[in-house]
Amino acid sequence: MAQTLFQKVWQAHSVRTLANGQTQLLVGTHLIHEVTSPQAFGMLRDLGLKVAMPHRTFATVDHIVPTDQRTEPFGDPLADAMIKELRRNCAAHGITYFDLASGRQGIVHMVGPEQGITQPGTTIACGDSHTSTHGAFGAIALGIGTSQVRDVLATQTIALAPLKVRRINVEGRLRPGVYAKDVILHLIRTLGVNGGTGFAYEYGGEVFDRFSMEERMTVCNMSIEGGARVGYVNPDETTFAYLKGRPYSPTGAAWDAAVQRWKATASDAGCSYDDLVTIQAGDIPPTVTWGINPGQGIAITENIPDPAKATAADEKSAIEEALAYMKLKAGAPIKGTRIDVAFLGSCTNARLSDFKEVARHLKGHRVAAGVKAIAVPGSQIVGRLCAELGIDQVFRDAGFEWREAGCSMCLAMNPDKLVGDQLCASSSNRNFKGRQGSPTGRTLLMSPLMVAAAAVRGSVADAREVFGVS
Amino acid sequence: MPLAKITTLAGRGLSVPGNDIDTDRIIPARFLKAVTFEGLGEGLFYDARKAVPAGQVHPLDDPRFRGASILLSGANFGCGSSREHAPQAIRKFGFHAVIAESYAEIFFGNATTIGLACVSADRADIARIAAAMEGDPAMAITVDLVKQEIRFGGSMAPLTMRDAARDALVNGRWDPIGELLDGREAAAMTAARLPYLAVPAK
Ligand code: SF4
Repeated sequence: MAQTLFQKVWQAHSVRTLANGQTQLLVGTHLIHEVTSPQAFGMLRDLGLKVAMPHRTFATVDHIVPTDQRTEPFGDPLADAMIKELRRNCAAHGITYFDLASGRQGIVHMVGPEQGITQPGTTIACGDSHTSTHGAFGAIALGIGTSQVRDVLATQTIALAPLKVRRINVEGRLRPGVYAKDVILHLIRTLGVNGGTGFAYEYGGEVFDRFSMEERMTVCNMSIEGGARVGYVNPDETTFAYLKGRPYSPTGAAWDAAVQRWKATASDAGCSYDDLVTIQAGDIPPTVTWGINPGQGIAITENIPDPAKATAADEKSAIEEALAYMKLKAGAPIKGTRIDVAFLGSCTNARLSDFKEVARHLKGHRVAAGVKAIAVPGSQIVGRLCAELGIDQVFRDAGFEWREAGCSMCLAMNPDKLVGDQLCASSSNRNFKGRQGSPTGRTLLMSPLMVAAAAVRGSVADAREVFGVS
Repeated sequence: MPLAKITTLAGRGLSVPGNDIDTDRIIPARFLKAVTFEGLGEGLFYDARKAVPAGQVHPLDDPRFRGASILLSGANFGCGSSREHAPQAIRKFGFHAVIAESYAEIFFGNATTIGLACVSADRADIARIAAAMEGDPAMAITVDLVKQEIRFGGSMAPLTMRDAARDALVNGRWDPIGELLDGREAAAMTAARLPYLAVPAK
């Protein structure tokens, strides 16, 4: 019978059925970072257990690392204790750890793909909700809690019930100035922030066929913002070309065998889905959020919603709450809203292609007076590649601060934070209240080029106008 | 490892209304800067509590509801980050059950694994319970996972919960580690059948 990739991978990794009906699922690849793993190692110690398959866990440090001054000990003793604890745990259990000195450190969701650890047809778990990113390679990749990190360390398995699969086709061609980020913001706006509950999202159609791996990652990354724990794209030649020659990719005859296997894991023609959604690429505008969840987005040309025009009581109160927090005016255009900070970074949009695309347009422009603009590569490798191509210099010349790799202002567990009620144009993935480090800080999510446009204008702007994209 | 059978939870309630309450709001990221879960209860809804206008009080700080052990909220509760710190903070503050319209998936799984019962109820029923609570903050609420009902102030409302989770709580197997450990041999056999796992990585 024709099957989806999800069904095939699920079956191949099913160990047995547990008493409550859940599946004991084998986790092929386990990724860990400093925030959600120390307690899991603690639980392991309390139970007197060892790591079952240490060679299948990979670690890096991303959330708490400073992006400017990186000599240890860090200024923040709590952050310093966390990196030391991770280092100690990895050494004690024989886990590969991409530390700051490795030259391969970065946001965990960038490190896996870069190293070729993230592969099609595998199951991947990490104590981080944006693990869905790895689905871009045709893996079933999901975020787990710390107790489950313990479960994976101790048994290389987790207890989980299977998901339904919703196929999302994006057909046609994206308009100029519209990016992968706009695709996912538009999808979340359309399907809702909890529209994906219980589903794995399978993305496909012309737009995804043409997308690079980095663009696919941007979309899969934010599946969780749409409530879907898993998002994936079927592996194809683009996937294989990306993986070829990476440090952990198979070589020689093993490579050929792997490619054959990977091809076979893709969803079969004629398989059935639990749900099907089709979106026309031409309908997707450059999108900006105005509220306090990632579903509260509008086209750059639209006005901020007016609670008076809401059709449901729920919608009305949601708009009111968001506008009160965001200090934005109902019915006003989003374009022209003054910003204080521009942040280009995070596991959504801090890859080489993001910086390349922005640099191509940013040349010759200057960040507006009064705007603090920072660019943070998602990994040390991206940072090095940008330096080799002179991209970092384009950003510096334009008035951006160019930083070292980490999560940075995406969630501000390091020193990069909003202050007071600063408004930030951000290429990250969450605009929750207080997300960027100040309890009253405000976030507008958008594509990297729109962040650059906002930085240059000093206010939310249409990148197509600012940079003459057509 | 025998675990407690979680069948009924009784106590006083407290309501933090709203939809899409995310885990950043439940426990702001700066409270995650630690290598243990100790003391997380103090960070619960920290910024939301501080942001309350003068003259008003956040439900968590309202003396009328002090000692509550059942938390009421809206739809898509616990969305966002996978941080287990969120259900841990709720537990450590003193809650044993949450009654909300619906939950984000990762949060729901994390909560169940630590024995925090997250049940769903209709919006109208949650409003009824909250209204009764407002009139009588000392009112006892009973969340009955066996009969699948919520009893409060002489009234009753049905509750729903995913079968696997309800079964796990009621039968004392909400933390799956014991069962997973029993399956280690079977897991090794599954791994041996998967080429990418059969050979140790570099
Ligand atoms: S960049 Fe942001 S979303 Fe991504 S892992 Fe880091 S904190 Fe999480």
